[in-house]
Amino acid sequence: MDLGPHAAYIWASFGAAALILLVLVVWLVLDGRQQQKMIAELEARGVRRRSDTSG
Amino acid sequence: MQQAQSLTQRLANPTRFMELSATLLPWLTVAAVVLTVIGLVMGFAAPVDYQQGHTAKIMYVHVPAAWLSMAGYSLIAISSFGLLVFRHPLADVSAKAAAPIGAAFTLLCLVTGSLWGKPMWGAFWVWDPRLTSVLILFFLYIGLIALRSAIEDEALAAKLTAILALTGIVILPVIKFSVDWNSLHQPASVMRIGAPKIHPSLLWPLLVMAVGLTIAFVALHMKGMRNEILRRRVRALRSAEVQMAAGAASPLPAE
Repeated sequence: MDLGPHAAYIWASFGAAALILLVLVVWLVLDGRQQQKMIAELEARGVRRRSDTSG
Repeated sequence: MQQAQSLTQRLANPTRFMELSATLLPWLTVAAVVLTVIGLVMGFAAPVDYQQGHTAKIMYVHVPAAWLSMAGYSLIAISSFGLLVFRHPLADVSAKAAAPIGAAFTLLCLVTGSLWGKPMWGAFWVWDPRLTSVLILFFLYIGLIALRSAIEDEALAAKLTAILALTGIVILPVIKFSVDWNSLHQPASVMRIGAPKIHPSLLWPLLVMAVGLTIAFVALHMKGMRNEILRRRVRALRSAEVQMAAGAASPLPAE
């Protein structure tokens, strides 16, 4: 696709958008997995929140 | 009234939010990807701008990023208000989750703006009212993240961050009206009084991209809120573990 004399600026803009969105998605997915892993480890050790044990 | 109150109560419950968001998140993700891809295809197939040529295609990421940088800050301000005034249980979760996402979209706006500015204005950066006010918005986002992480007491951090967020909202009208203050930046073409000044053949791809990226923002924010709720559960479990250990170490004296 010929985007004219300023093609590098156009591709760099779309590349920056893809990179920033990808970093956000990867960070959020890894963070979520990390939190779920820690909850599973704590629960495996028999730890329960007060709200889970009462009633 | 009764119904409205029960809806608010339902949304205020983190467990209910986790259930609802688990259902919505896959649909939002698919909608965001599909609409963004359609918007990109429409944008690259759109006619070439008569003045700027293909370079005008940068608007398909720059303009939605700019809108979302301001929408993200508005979301933080509304959430902060919800925390300070209504003490809504999810308000601080929402404000905290929105800050890095809003900062990322503001960074994207600044980067794509620079890459658009160089071929059109001859410079990557000028200390223009619009550019400078968006840079201040980016620093505000960084300030909110830094302030929160600098205070160990979570409740205090939430309150102080909310106060800073509400104070910083003054930047939004400054950004909006800065194009009228001797700015190189072009005035609003879409969100203005009267009809949009942009041709429909270029406007439609922009609107589709804007809707796609807005749904992406909502999905990212929802995922961030889910992570934050899980983080708070981890903290509660650790605290319960410490209390269990302390209880086991010092049994209650016999009466």
